[in-house]
Amino acid sequence: MLLIPCPWCGERAQTEFSYEGDATVSRPDPATASDEQWLDHIYLRDNPMGLHEELWHHVAGCRRFFKVRRNTVTHEISGSAAPTDDIPEDVSGDAS
Amino acid sequence: MRYSIFTLARNALSHHQNWPKAWRSPDPKPEYDVIIIGGGGHGLATAYYLAKLHGITNVAVVEKGWLGGGNTGRNTTIVRSNYGQPGNTEFYEHSVRLWEGLSQDLNYNVMFSQRGVINLAHSDGQIDAFQRRGNAMRLNGIDAVYMTPAEIKARVPLLDISRNTRFPIMGGLCQPRGGVARHDAVAWGFARGADARGVDIIQNCRVTGIDVAGGRVTGIQTSRGAIKAKKIGIAVAGHSGQVAAMAGLRLPIESHVLQAMVSEPMKPCLDTVVTSGAAHMYVSQSDKGELVFGGDLDFYNSYAQRGNMPRIEEVTQALVTMFPAFRRARMMRTWGGIMDMSMDGSPIICKTDIDGFYINGGWCYGGFKATPGSGHVFAHTIANDAPHRCNERFTLDRFFKGTVIDEAGAGPTPKAH
Amino acid sequence: MNGQPFRNDTGGRINRATPLRFTFNGRIYEGYQGDTLASALLANGVRLIGRSFKYHRPRGIVAAGIEDPNALVQLEDGARTQPNIQATRIELYDGLVARSQNCWPSVGFDIGALNSKFHRLFPAGFYYKTFMWPAKLWMFYEHIIRNIAGMGESPVEEDPDRYGHRYAHADVVIVGAGPAGLAAAQSAATSGARVLLVDDGAEFGGSLLGLDANVAGGPAVDWIATVTAALAAMPNVTLLPRTTVTSYYDHNMLVMAERVADHMAVPAAHQPRQRLWHVRAKEVVLATGAMERPLVFADNDRPGVMLASAAQAYANRHGVRAGERCVVFTNNNSAYVAARDLSAAGIEIMAIVDSRRDVPKGAAEMASAVGIGILAGHVVVKAHGTKAVHAVTVQALDDAGDLTGDTRDIICDLVAVSGGWAPTVHLHSQAKGVIRYDETLTTFVADAATQRSRAAGAITGVLGLADSLKDGATAGAEAAAAAGFDGAKTDTPTAVDDLALDIEPLWAVPHMHHDHGKRFVDHQNDVTAEDVALAHRENYISVEHLKRYTTLGMGTDQGRTSNINGLAIMATLRGEDIPTVGTTTFRPPFTPTPLGTIAGPHFGMHYHPTRRSAMHAWHQAHGASFVNAGPWLRPEAYPRAGENVIQALRREAKHVRHHVGIADVSTLGKIDLQGPDAVEFLNRVYINSFTKLAVGKCRYGLMLREDGFLYDDGTVTRIADDRFMVTTTTVHAGSVMRHLEYYHQVVWPELDIHMVSVTEEWAAIAIAGPDSRRVLEKITDDIDVSNEACEFMGFRQGTICGAPARLFRISFSGELAYEINVPADYGQDVWTGLLDAGTEFDIIPYGTEAMGVMRIEKGHIVGGEISGRATAGDLGFEKLLANNKPDFIGKRAAARTALMAPDRQQLVGLIPVDRRTRIPRGGKIVEDPAAPTPITAIGEVTSNCYSPNLGHPIGLAIVAGGRQRHGEVVYAHSPLTEQTVACEITHPIFIDPQGERLRG
Repeated sequence: MLLIPCPWCGERAQTEFSYEGDATVSRPDPATASDEQWLDHIYLRDNPMGLHEELWHHVAGCRRFFKVRRNTVTHEISGSAAPTDDIPEDVSGDAS
Repeated sequence: MRYSIFTLARNALSHHQNWPKAWRSPDPKPEYDVIIIGGGGHGLATAYYLAKLHGITNVAVVEKGWLGGGNTGRNTTIVRSNYGQPGNTEFYEHSVRLWEGLSQDLNYNVMFSQRGVINLAHSDGQIDAFQRRGNAMRLNGIDAVYMTPAEIKARVPLLDISRNTRFPIMGGLCQPRGGVARHDAVAWGFARGADARGVDIIQNCRVTGIDVAGGRVTGIQTSRGAIKAKKIGIAVAGHSGQVAAMAGLRLPIESHVLQAMVSEPMKPCLDTVVTSGAAHMYVSQSDKGELVFGGDLDFYNSYAQRGNMPRIEEVTQALVTMFPAFRRARMMRTWGGIMDMSMDGSPIICKTDIDGFYINGGWCYGGFKATPGSGHVFAHTIANDAPHRCNERFTLDRFFKGTVIDEAGAGPTPKAH
Repeated sequence: MNGQPFRNDTGGRINRATPLRFTFNGRIYEGYQGDTLASALLANGVRLIGRSFKYHRPRGIVAAGIEDPNALVQLEDGARTQPNIQATRIELYDGLVARSQNCWPSVGFDIGALNSKFHRLFPAGFYYKTFMWPAKLWMFYEHIIRNIAGMGESPVEEDPDRYGHRYAHADVVIVGAGPAGLAAAQSAATSGARVLLVDDGAEFGGSLLGLDANVAGGPAVDWIATVTAALAAMPNVTLLPRTTVTSYYDHNMLVMAERVADHMAVPAAHQPRQRLWHVRAKEVVLATGAMERPLVFADNDRPGVMLASAAQAYANRHGVRAGERCVVFTNNNSAYVAARDLSAAGIEIMAIVDSRRDVPKGAAEMASAVGIGILAGHVVVKAHGTKAVHAVTVQALDDAGDLTGDTRDIICDLVAVSGGWAPTVHLHSQAKGVIRYDETLTTFVADAATQRSRAAGAITGVLGLADSLKDGATAGAEAAAAAGFDGAKTDTPTAVDDLALDIEPLWAVPHMHHDHGKRFVDHQNDVTAEDVALAHRENYISVEHLKRYTTLGMGTDQGRTSNINGLAIMATLRGEDIPTVGTTTFRPPFTPTPLGTIAGPHFGMHYHPTRRSAMHAWHQAHGASFVNAGPWLRPEAYPRAGENVIQALRREAKHVRHHVGIADVSTLGKIDLQGPDAVEFLNRVYINSFTKLAVGKCRYGLMLREDGFLYDDGTVTRIADDRFMVTTTTVHAGSVMRHLEYYHQVVWPELDIHMVSVTEEWAAIAIAGPDSRRVLEKITDDIDVSNEACEFMGFRQGTICGAPARLFRISFSGELAYEINVPADYGQDVWTGLLDAGTEFDIIPYGTEAMGVMRIEKGHIVGGEISGRATAGDLGFEKLLANNKPDFIGKRAAARTALMAPDRQQLVGLIPVDRRTRIPRGGKIVEDPAAPTPITAIGEVTSNCYSPNLGHPIGLAIVAGGRQRHGEVVYAHSPLTEQTVACEITHPIFIDPQGERLRG
């Protein structure tokens, strides 16, 4: 069971959270986006093998969404942030 | 050497010293007509049918590890065609029909056991949905039977059909021709068949790049050097996004881990494949006697072939809820496989905007049962540069046109399919 | 007593004052407290335990612990029966019943053993090569194969025992309480860290319990007792014996199965049988030790061929002689210590057969000191005997490792073998730690960890006792320090190291000739050295192919005794070294774990939580029949005496349209949305516009997903300028809330709104029917419920039945209707208050079934229609689409051509032409049911019922281009139920299409 670092509540067991997918996808401006840009945002993913910025939702806690940077191969987590913030660079090199 | 009881007996006399290799281990040639990236069941089946049905034998299957080492050998081995949406219905039935003659066609016993697949319904809404699906199957000439709880109990004696459980069983949809097969044998059988027809299966060869020039593919870069090719097909479900990216494509796919579990071997105690959509659990008993079961994804993107405890507990809870006697049976082993989760839950088998580059992926939970069908229509697509009738709808552009095939009605949330 | 002919009068950790009776294969035997089933059987001279998987060969006891591949029994009968239980791990209790498995009619005479007569036909993977003709006979062949395979029998009755789950945190978890683990615990504990010491055994000590060793100047068992007692007295230390760490997951999560009551016939009252621990560790010390490897020679599976360390443990720990005359066969020194101990226990050592030509001096001296002869440079080529070994054939090896010289037979009833040691790296490997091949020890050892874990003792290849103690103490201190607790003491007791291992690899003794017996590598799955060679010959040479093709290591023992031998034989055949060939990945769980333990208490009725509304008790007391709706239990109908559910729902549906009824609708999702930007938010999440929704008004709303398909529907009520009550369907309550939170927090954080789910805060009651207003008038003083004051889609607040209430003039049934919300605590009072007030109007409660009938009569959509594949237009809501809004979720994707096509399947009504036949449930809509297969469906039935108000069946369906087809006759076709019903396509609203009743 992963330990998910909620920026508001601290580290909590994975079972308190719901995974909500790629955090790098942003909804384009509907006024200016082309159809292609618009549909890309709905359907296409980078799906990286390695570091992945993703959204988690603290459903059984504070009910906040937040970003987590996790390695999709090792499951090592190296930071989290509010959805509107950038995740701080991983300076320690130690995710634990 | 043809396999049969006679060759087995003859070889027994010579202490099995004279069996030939099931496949060669060739070095890659500088160039092939077709390269299939991915030596799992789908890639090997594609090569087999290219050679057998389309006369294209100058083919290499390039595999980063050992053949059949991905999802082909990691799944819960269920074979069925109980789909309700146009596109899926005919494709999976096409595959089941190939399964029905596969052992004989390959001269390799893949142990396709048509012991029936029962989907359990736990609510009125599910009964409705299952009947719609069953009727869609029947309209397409696919066998489907609706069963009452008592009929299910007669077939699955250890199942709890009482009301004294959280989600009582209210009925079920059975596909009698569905069943299970021996997963490794499928990869090995296709490998042996393809090899015998001249296909080079190149194991331990990691693809590091796909060469594209002037809008068409020219070859691949690998850990064993560059190999040229006129056409390249990828069949690397779990890693489709990674490999397609080498050709500059982004796909409507996320990679997730799905766990599978087996119990210790026991004497026959479950003769049918039983699945529950509501609890998302599926179980069968292998010929060796193990209960083979699984459930949902772990629900976060993953390329690690290992899973996590919460899902194991949930799946086990569903299993022992439906089969109270199994609480004293023991979990022997769990493992994970990496799924290509597409944005509508249905596969992608099509040509791409790059000439000579073809994609086969997005199998979600369903890749194993599709193996022969997938190889068959993918070979057709590559050979003819045009889809087979059964994969016409499995295009990439369906996501952009809106002609998605959304069996679960869950929308573009890959983990929900 | 003499009933235990192989039991010594003294020695061992058994309590001779407490005899225990047990039954094996119907015979009653006696053992002692402290025995395992295996040691007790050996004490009684029982060596034949079961039959093997494929060849049904007689099998006995190979090991003394968790690594035994062979001695599997069916434990107990009836509801508590369990298959495939290792006799070597069962603690004996009084009344234990066990029997041999995989044999018929008995273990002594087993028909299945015919297989071994035809063994030549059954090499590895034989089934891939045959049983293919004729194709249709495969199911018959398979039936036979399944019955032959399978080992023990599944329980068929419900397990009467209970299981628990427990969650814990620790600073340092130490896995294994052998010498290294105890030393690690002792040292880590002095730092003040919270220490959890876990061991699979009933008592701590690990391998020390089976040895005759000295620690701290006295017997090792005394040191174990002292240390254990000291640890038990420390408040920061938790000791968990009888607990197996089964899995090591990411982020230092260890899962452990505690056998709380498996050493008893029946768990004590209120005690679980087993308990699953989930432990989050700051640091982990893996001191899991090592297991001895057997040697591969012809007929090495005969009962009486046993690991040297096992025979030694039976002698030292249980006072049992595993035989009277023993040949020791080894390629290393550790078996010499075993031989010494066996000799001391009164077993005659016929010889030590040592494959090494030069036996190290220390070992040779140890043997000669007790008068044991050594046959150096010799091997056992074959064991003789069927149900028990009675002799072995011995031959010398030449320089090339081939057999040479004369053979000679040695009479014996015990062959104690040692092929070296295999560190128990399973958990380390599960945690993605590095495994390194150690050439000196010829085995894989734990190297660097990737999680916050370290290995200590034999798992790292440190096999000597003194070194293990030191290694453990250091690891314990380091782990404590890494967890933030400095100052651990690392004093270690004195101990004398055993002989160094000095192993020379011997992976398989050469065959004399092919018919000279089987050289088993994997006893449990009957995999032989010849099978490995066949896999190699056929090019199944990768380690994974080897495993899968031959089933090597795929048994319940996960190949503990076979993996390295099998791998090494393959490496030899490939002409490569062992690390190049590699090893397979170890998968959790470490040992088979009961599914009940994994499930814990969450099965049956407790599989998922049950949600009940505030009025649930009333429903129950008044005969409601319940149905699951999402996580909720809802009344589907209230059958009266003599009524079934169908009769009840028809009565209820009819009654409401003529009189009045109330329904519990508390399960609908309710969201309190507030803030200055709430209107803007609603405009973005619904397809319709809320800009003009006035305070005190409700509006129906539809949501799309971003891909343009319908997601959910509900109502939005403006309670104040900046406050709204939003409802969702029952099933989507959770997901819609999450969906809205996502858009608010991630996509439009600039919107100044707040929302909170208030589903549980409010009890909700629908009151519907022509008399509903008259009932309401009686029980509210401060709300004017007249049509003028509270018009259709109006909203008022006030007091109902004395409770603060919200009143919504909305209707699902199509009748004059209201929905009342009161704080949940008032729910039951208001419910009964409504019934009391309505008595004079003949008010009734009605359930979800009647609600469903009335909504079909009105053409309202629910789950069958909102399939996730329908657009707003498909279901007749194109007019609701406020496409003049600059943006709403799903707007752009919904504009794709395929989602706007005129031939899309659209919502229609269906009426059977003959008015008597029910529309088949789940029927497909076809134009020509007699057309040849495949028949094209143009749509499908989404809802259907008998309408008690119309007096005939009706249905809702989606039909291609259906809105243009009203009046046409099509067929609702259900091959599944062999029903084909001609139906007229109609407008989907069957009753009061103008909506006069609900506005009345």
